[in-house]
Amino acid sequence: MVRFEGVQKSYDGEALVVKDLNLDISKGEFVTMLGPSGSGKTTCLMMLAGFEPATYGEIYLEGEPINNVPPHKRGIGMVFQNYALFPHMTIAENLAFPLQVRGMGKAEQEERVKKALEMVELPTLGGRRPAQLSGGQQQRVAVARALVFEPSLILMDEPLGALDKQLREQMQYEIKHIHENLKVTVVYVTHDQAEALTMSDRIAVFNDGVIQQLSSPEDLYERPDNAFVAQFIGENNKLAGTVQEIDKDKVATVKLDSGDVVKAQAVAVNGKGDRTLLSIRPERVAIAPKKLKNTIVLDGTIEELIYLGDHIRTRMSVAGHNDFVVKVPNNSGHHVLKEGEKTTLGWIAEDCRALDYNIYDKDHG
Amino acid sequence: MTDGTVANEGPLVTSDGRPLKQSLQAALKQKRRQAFMLTVPLLAFIFIFFIVPIIAMLWRSVENPEVPNYLPNTVAALQSWDEASGVLPGEDVYAAMVKDLQIGRENRTIGKVGRRLNYEIPGMSSLFKGSSRKAKNMTEAPFKDALIKASKKWEKLDVWQLIKRESGDLTASYYLSAMDLRFTPDGSVAAQPENRQIYIFLFQRTLIMSVVITGLCILLGFPIAYLLATIPMRYAGLLMILVLLPFWTSLLVRTTAWIALLQSQGVINDLLVAIGVVSDDGRLQLIHNKTGTFIAMTHILLPFMILPLYSVMKTIPPSYMRAARSMGATQWWAFYKVYFPLTLSGIGAGTILVFILSIGFYITPALVGGTSGTLISNFIANHVSVTLNWGLAAALGTMLLALVLVLYLIYDKIVGVDNMKMG
Repeated sequence: MVRFEGVQKSYDGEALVVKDLNLDISKGEFVTMLGPSGSGKTTCLMMLAGFEPATYGEIYLEGEPINNVPPHKRGIGMVFQNYALFPHMTIAENLAFPLQVRGMGKAEQEERVKKALEMVELPTLGGRRPAQLSGGQQQRVAVARALVFEPSLILMDEPLGALDKQLREQMQYEIKHIHENLKVTVVYVTHDQAEALTMSDRIAVFNDGVIQQLSSPEDLYERPDNAFVAQFIGENNKLAGTVQEIDKDKVATVKLDSGDVVKAQAVAVNGKGDRTLLSIRPERVAIAPKKLKNTIVLDGTIEELIYLGDHIRTRMSVAGHNDFVVKVPNNSGHHVLKEGEKTTLGWIAEDCRALDYNIYDKDHG
Repeated sequence: MTDGTVANEGPLVTSDGRPLKQSLQAALKQKRRQAFMLTVPLLAFIFIFFIVPIIAMLWRSVENPEVPNYLPNTVAALQSWDEASGVLPGEDVYAAMVKDLQIGRENRTIGKVGRRLNYEIPGMSSLFKGSSRKAKNMTEAPFKDALIKASKKWEKLDVWQLIKRESGDLTASYYLSAMDLRFTPDGSVAAQPENRQIYIFLFQRTLIMSVVITGLCILLGFPIAYLLATIPMRYAGLLMILVLLPFWTSLLVRTTAWIALLQSQGVINDLLVAIGVVSDDGRLQLIHNKTGTFIAMTHILLPFMILPLYSVMKTIPPSYMRAARSMGATQWWAFYKVYFPLTLSGIGAGTILVFILSIGFYITPALVGGTSGTLISNFIANHVSVTLNWGLAAALGTMLLALVLVLYLIYDKIVGVDNMKMG
């Protein structure tokens, strides 16, 4: 359906905003471009929509190269962050705009507008102006307007960014359902990882103009390819160390900076002597575990307990890091922890991934 | 916000039992008073230096003190004379006139009466001056013969009709002149003779030229404002300085610069001759005519069009155009259906600014307009400072003010002033 082939983009001729992008999106898929601001994800979307020319490389839509096709001939629906509803037109006029452009008859226009408004559950608001609608309603109208001319591809540029949390979550499901019902292809841009995980078939994580990883939400969370993805998606514990050995089953033996030696999945390390960050999800760590064959057990001290209802967020110092987080489920009869208590903690070796040694600030929006 | 007191029934009250509305009023009163106090200096300034002079001007256009004040005896004696009778007034009126002429000469006020009546019938000024000189020696009756001997004009019916007509404290004659009308000797209103009709023509010319200048400003200003609003900030800043640059230069300097550019031995003509577009003796007349006024005034008023347009365009997100394009509209269609309608409030604001400014423009048309490019304001200024006919100047000014107000109301009806955005 959509293919980016070696696409590069530069605005100023000095720096590349998008570096060698290769991406295949198949029909009916919901693909999200996720990344911090300035990572090149919106630029990619704008190149696909035709508002920015690619500096190098080719973009294909249904097998046809579209680099020289102007935006109005691409037939791509688009939803913008600020909705871009035309304030001087009523909702019905807004929805009829793409139909009018296509020279559709009045009666058919009205029919389609009516259907589109029903689809987003706003059948009575056709006569209002955008300013008279709430943010959520405007959002729905924007989605309806992008769909009303039945494009096979819809682009969404952070469409839920301006909504409050509750409404955002509701809209996520609604967009997801519309996608499932209409079987359109959706390319969605966001910097909100929860949104990406909820909605997407596949997620492309962008950083620094490069796709860091392109895979399903599940893979992305559980099997991150590199330290950036591990840190960007979800919460992540990092332990710095040096690779001592990688065996033929891709199991690395890592000597942590504190001197402890642990085993981990070798993912983004090449061989002996490489610096590495071990990545373990907080919910995969157990306090005072039973010592099984595959379990790695370390000593730790409880630094801080935060009660969150369903779980207790426990910050510990482990192997020289004092920001190691463990999520202790609030089960009936769980071990009551105290701050300052010394205990052991452990995880299964497969859950621990040896990634590249890059530390990112998690200060994205 | 939470309400501290919960009233179960009846109107809401505050903790001390006063009705909530009353308490709110009291609380806001202080604020309103403060706001008012902040504006008092400006209000006072506007009142003293703007409202009062305008009222004075309105008053001056109908005020008529000369005849009743300086010819009091004549006015009293003329009460019993019927101006429609076709016969000259009697001896008593002539006697009163001689008395007034003598007093007027002593008090040096007779010249004012002469000048006032001269606006209506040319020659009155010299009549009053000459006769007052001779009236010194008229001590015995019959005064009628003596006056007529002094000047044949005292024998004319229309002179007396004029004096009687203008003996009231108020007059409409300034407004009539301003509308190219006059009183006929019998007191009815008629058009001025064709060779004295000028003001209606000037009002028309002023209106037409203002419309053209406003149109030129829209044509030239719209693309610049669009460019300003859409190019990256660092270039926009520079361009903005260029737009504002004229404001930092005196109006007079800019107008004079146009004279240097446009005159027949000026830069533009020299250039055209040099590249062979016009021959040396076929130099274009670009100044001291309408062309000059159009060029210079458009240049001077252009920023007043660009700025409101720019501030409106700045608020139109680029995503509107993109949305329209993604829905299948060509660049042109998206502009026409989406962008342009959203700029209308800015065009409205710019239009009314430029139009109202140009309708009263003075310096530039005075310097570059010659005779065919001068506007009504130039004639008002002429009456104020050269002919000293302040009454006529006030009448013309009042009509101009009324015209602007009427146009503003029409504009409000069509476009709606509320839709106008200055920024």
